Amino acid sequence: MLTNYIPLALMMMVAIGFGVIMANLSKWIGPRKPSREKLSVYESGMVPIGTTHERVSVKYYIVAMLFIIFDIEIVFLYPWAVTFDKIGAFALGEMFLFIGLLFIGYIYVVKKGALEWD
Amino acid sequence: MFQDLNQFIVSLIGKGDLSDILSVVVYSALPLVLILLYALVAILGEMKISAWLQDRLGPMRTGPYGILQPIADMLKLIQKEDTTPKLADKKLYNAAPFIVFIGSYMAFAALPFAAMYAGARINTGIFYIVAVSGVVVVGILMAGWGSNNKYALLGSMRSVAQIVSYEIPAGLAILSVVMIAGTMDLQTISHLQQGGLQNWFIFGGPKSLAGFGGGYAWILTPLMVVSFLIYIVASLAETNRVPFDIPEAESELVAGYHTEYSAMKFALFFLAEYANMFAVSAIASVLFLGGWNSPIAGFLDAPWMGAIWFIGKAFSFVLIQIWIRWTLPRLRVDQLMHICWKVMIPFGMATVLLVGTIVTFLAH
Repeated sequence: MLTNYIPLALMMMVAIGFGVIMANLSKWIGPRKPSREKLSVYESGMVPIGTTHERVSVKYYIVAMLFIIFDIEIVFLYPWAVTFDKIGAFALGEMFLFIGLLFIGYIYVVKKGALEWD
Repeated sequence: MFQDLNQFIVSLIGKGDLSDILSVVVYSALPLVLILLYALVAILGEMKISAWLQDRLGPMRTGPYGILQPIADMLKLIQKEDTTPKLADKKLYNAAPFIVFIGSYMAFAALPFAAMYAGARINTGIFYIVAVSGVVVVGILMAGWGSNNKYALLGSMRSVAQIVSYEIPAGLAILSVVMIAGTMDLQTISHLQQGGLQNWFIFGGPKSLAGFGGGYAWILTPLMVVSFLIYIVASLAETNRVPFDIPEAESELVAGYHTEYSAMKFALFFLAEYANMFAVSAIASVLFLGGWNSPIAGFLDAPWMGAIWFIGKAFSFVLIQIWIRWTLPRLRVDQLMHICWKVMIPFGMATVLLVGTIVTFLAH
């Protein structure tokens, strides 16, 4: 079974090799005339103001946390989806319970206003 | 005919070390050749179709009817200067294009191009593709953070929020196919849909196989159409295409997360974006529209014809993506998140539960 993954490792090597060649091609062939303006950060032609790495709105982190919860839910659903019809109505009931609990959480999140972006 | 490409090579040059090595090389390099050829065609296609939709001619000077334009563009990009901003985080900045490219390239490994060829036949198929496509997000965030540019950082943050959010409805849409098929292996999913249009998963899956519900499977059609639409919309968002292209909204963010990239590093991002477009289109056609199967049983279904059906189906989705680009206006950030979290996720959950109920009590 694991031997099926060998082509994946080979493809990874092909992808890395191709990437290295591609990215260095213009380094080898292209010109090299650095200047102060060229190496500064692009800000529509103005001199850059302030720092880039400022604080990010908390709403952003809320989306990230919600994503983790829902994505893990889906990861758990995949193995269930492959075998649930062999187990029968019991597996279906379990999954109704699981998604139901998550849906209650979802309603709570919506009511709390975590999914408002104004 | 041949079960897979390996047997084809053996029949050509005989069994031995040479045929083993050759098949390994072909298996691992074929997706790369496909991506490069496809990118040339798709870039020209995008330029030409955009032009026609706007009543222009598009590129006309490079070669007959402008068909050599993508090659000219590529040669020009090779000759450009590769700049790295002085304040950039060098490690992140240089690694980002590789990670984005590898993430979208590795998705090609598990796609079944024909009955006789799938790069790697693994039983986790679609799950693996969803997982490696997720790596692209890391690369995009690295590009934005490493560039130390405000436009790039904003673009990459938007892109990450969007891709990550739309992964959930896309995952739920894929799930309904996995539930009917009972497998995640994309080659098996393609085999199940053999025998014509009515066996495709958008119409409820196979009708005459043991273990599947025969005529009852038709009941699933409306649910599968909903899943299909959810997947198509989510895939547009995952590839940052219009109407979900706020990460690259050129009127506000210049070029989004690849603002600071030049020369071939930019080309890698570009290639990865086009590869991604093909990958999501190919997944949509394998999961819902029969993959390499012909729509009519017995009509042009020689094993090698599968590749043509498959690429044809995937290409028509790429065409639709280009068409949509010039048809719909760009969404605002809050509208985009609203559609994902408040419309598509509840619908996705409801379809999963309904498909599960029907499969348990009727269709199997």
